[in-house]
Amino acid sequence: MKIGVVTFPGSLDDRDAARAVRLAGAEPVMLWHADHSLGDAQAIILPGGFSYGDYLRAGAIASHAPIMAEIVQAAERGMPVLGICNGFQMLTEAHLLPGGLIRNANGTFIRRDQALRVTNNDTAWTHLFERDEEIVIPLKNGEGGFIASDEELDRLEGEGRVVFRYEGVNPNGSLRDIAGVTNARGNVVGLMPHPEHAVEAGFGPDTTAAMRSGTDGLRFFAGAIEAMQAV
Amino acid sequence: MSTIVVEVMPKAELLDPQGKAVVGALSRLGHTAINDVRVGKRFEITVDGEVTDAVLDDVRTIATEILSNQVIEDVVGIHVADGVDA
Repeated sequence: MKIGVVTFPGSLDDRDAARAVRLAGAEPVMLWHADHSLGDAQAIILPGGFSYGDYLRAGAIASHAPIMAEIVQAAERGMPVLGICNGFQMLTEAHLLPGGLIRNANGTFIRRDQALRVTNNDTAWTHLFERDEEIVIPLKNGEGGFIASDEELDRLEGEGRVVFRYEGVNPNGSLRDIAGVTNARGNVVGLMPHPEHAVEAGFGPDTTAAMRSGTDGLRFFAGAIEAMQAV
Repeated sequence: MSTIVVEVMPKAELLDPQGKAVVGALSRLGHTAINDVRVGKRFEITVDGEVTDAVLDDVRTIATEILSNQVIEDVVGIHVADGVDA
């Protein structure tokens, strides 16, 4: 199983995403934004960071990179695609996911271990979670406020396409506490928090069991691997 | 050479955290008459030669598809820099 991780100028978490893929049992394939092919990747991760310094809008310039045309086509064929943080921003800019991300409501950059409620466990990336399970993974962003029109929000909720909601604290003013959404088919998922930073005990969020022992992020990647095997 | 100005603002119904921070600072500085600030973007686009209808059409497309994200922003003005509205 091979999962592609795309590096853009300004990506930060591409190697963390590759490491998460490896820990979950697949082989990461490093891809470059200027590539015109996805190689032999069977799923794609758009990692976090600050592509193009967030110039114009976060993710906006990256969403026009050559490789994005390939990713849009592959996503339409059903390939699993996960956008994390800046990757989520790119997916909304590329219109693969609805809504948009704006500056955090309180104007500051936020870094915290964040509780999330899994409200859709029927996607390629979330089917290993229980419905309504609470998980904790790190959040770190300056522009994570999810917004869409009321009609769009009603539609997303009606179609069950809200995948994660912030639990306990809404850190960035996201409308209806939305932390992540999916497309109609359920193969493309985007979220602001970072599952790739919670994949190995000793390096994750604190849990009641032990400091930094949280590995809730691992099931995102293990889930995609299972979804690819099922194809 | 001609310059075309494109102005983009966050959608009126959405929170503008940047504007909120600025109005907060102005209030702390004693500018109490100011009750709201919204922060947008101005693009100055330079083209060779005259601004033809074809150039303007191209700029309108760029403005709505690239310079702004219609989910979160509106294009509020496109004009040639000599002041003539486009």
